[in-house]
Amino acid sequence: MRIAIIDESAVRASVMQEGLAQLGDCEIFVITERRGLVRRISEIDADIVLMDLGNPSRDVLEEYFAVSRVLARPIAMFVDDSDEESIGASIDAGVSAYVVDGFAPHRIRSILDLAIRRFHAFSRLQTELSVAQSKLAERESVDKAKRILMQTRGLGEPEAYAELRKTAMNQGKRIAEIADAVVTAHNLIGGAA
Amino acid sequence: MTTKFSIGFLPLVDAALPILAHVHGFAADEGLHLELVKDVSWATVLDRLLYGHTDAAHMVAPLAIATTLGRGRPAQPLSAPFVLGLNGNAITLKSDLAQRVAPEGALGDPVEVGAALREIAMECKAAGHPLCFGVVHRYSSHNYMLRYWLAGCGIRPDEDVEITTVPPPFCADALEAGDVDGICVGEPWNSVAVERGAGTIVLATAQVWRRGVEKVLAMRESVMESRREEVEALIRALHRAARQFVDPEALLTNAAILARPEYLNADVNLILRALGDRLLLHKGGELIHFPDFMFQYREAANFPWVSQAQWLYSQMLRWDRTPYDPGDEAKVARVFRPDVYRSALTGTDAPLPGASSKVEGSLHQPMVVGTQQGLITLEKNAFFDGRIFDPHDLAGYLAQDSYAK
Repeated sequence: MRIAIIDESAVRASVMQEGLAQLGDCEIFVITERRGLVRRISEIDADIVLMDLGNPSRDVLEEYFAVSRVLARPIAMFVDDSDEESIGASIDAGVSAYVVDGFAPHRIRSILDLAIRRFHAFSRLQTELSVAQSKLAERESVDKAKRILMQTRGLGEPEAYAELRKTAMNQGKRIAEIADAVVTAHNLIGGAA
Repeated sequence: MTTKFSIGFLPLVDAALPILAHVHGFAADEGLHLELVKDVSWATVLDRLLYGHTDAAHMVAPLAIATTLGRGRPAQPLSAPFVLGLNGNAITLKSDLAQRVAPEGALGDPVEVGAALREIAMECKAAGHPLCFGVVHRYSSHNYMLRYWLAGCGIRPDEDVEITTVPPPFCADALEAGDVDGICVGEPWNSVAVERGAGTIVLATAQVWRRGVEKVLAMRESVMESRREEVEALIRALHRAARQFVDPEALLTNAAILARPEYLNADVNLILRALGDRLLLHKGGELIHFPDFMFQYREAANFPWVSQAQWLYSQMLRWDRTPYDPGDEAKVARVFRPDVYRSALTGTDAPLPGASSKVEGSLHQPMVVGTQQGLITLEKNAFFDGRIFDPHDLAGYLAQDSYAK
């Protein structure tokens, strides 16, 4: 069975590829380039095309499927008409599927389920990454603010931190917000951070 | 007590009314909290609508019809009780091609531009490199307007040139890269191509059909029936947004709202042009004023005339090469819902036409039509070739198509 994965995010595409590789007897093709998409798809001659919902080229692909005879009768999105739940889940996950009509429904279902899980896994990964990144950025800003207080007011490190924490508590804000304000104010009046 | 109502949209200037209805608080006044869901392809807007992610959608009118008829996927009846705007699209050609077919610094006459383009199209075809045009979707007014104009100028869209789908955000890229020779797209994407020096605007679609139907508010018929009161509240909010849209005083504010990252995420100056009927045809040129480039509010512009849906159906048959089917025509006529529009706006000052259909393209002069509140005047509504579409004789209209010649 031939599966094409179209995704402009190369990382997500590889997360998908890795997941689908478990299935065995599948040949997987990844397309991350927008240009030449239709030509690539016609060369691959896939049984199933998986594509992220956020890809603007979906309309291009649907047009191609509508007019070409390369895929026997590719259909948007559904495993079969009755399988609304699965389709809903795939939209939730952000993945769309195009399947040759009449292709073994149970196999499609398992592929789609897998694709959905991989999409979810990827977005969890993204969230964790962005949380980690913002935590890191916050720590940097707190460190900077501490250094500013130590230099300008001659405080030791624990005192500088205590000062930030006290101000945050008094104003009902987070320490990182106060630290940002200190850094911004310091930059504004011409100090080097 | 406010109810949540979600609306899918693509970042285009004609998504303005739901956005303005939300931001200006018109929807809230009607007890609705609008949740606007941005996507980048019509396929995704449609998927979200069909599988209940959204309650309604900003949609190219032919796609609502195609979905109801089951073209390309199983049929699902959609309803369009409100038109989100007329026209607002343009045809932009690669600048060297534009120079050969259109006057400099002005929009040309569609017949003359078409005649000049025909010569070049035939040369290119004979040389084995037919001209290629990009449209935003197979089932879009852009596709049908472009084809109507080409065919009316003796250029057969499927034989003499190529027409391919290009998503709006990639139109300028496609022109620049030489993937296409021209595009038919909504704003701000023509202007983006012009700003990048990738092309020159040669025609506004309003020159092909003076009052061509463009986007509609589409929803599943079942949603419209089960949430009828909310839908009518939404129509009132959208109608107020349309009035706001045409208010010159609100122009700057509206452009700034649409330009926001969560909406169009585009250059406010380009949006301002579209809202104010101004076009910069080529880079370094002068802004020109083209009245009614995008048509809103006046002359009951947001009223869903059934005849508009029928004209789109005639074009769908023409280019899909499928035979006329009276059963399908009845389904199509039911997609546009003037009855719901009337019911929603009864008791307001919005003019409510008494008829649900009109002869399209017949108004070479202003025409007075009856509404529940009295008479309103409809300005010129001609097709560029002077043809007239009588919705009572759709089969006859199709039979006179010059396309087959």
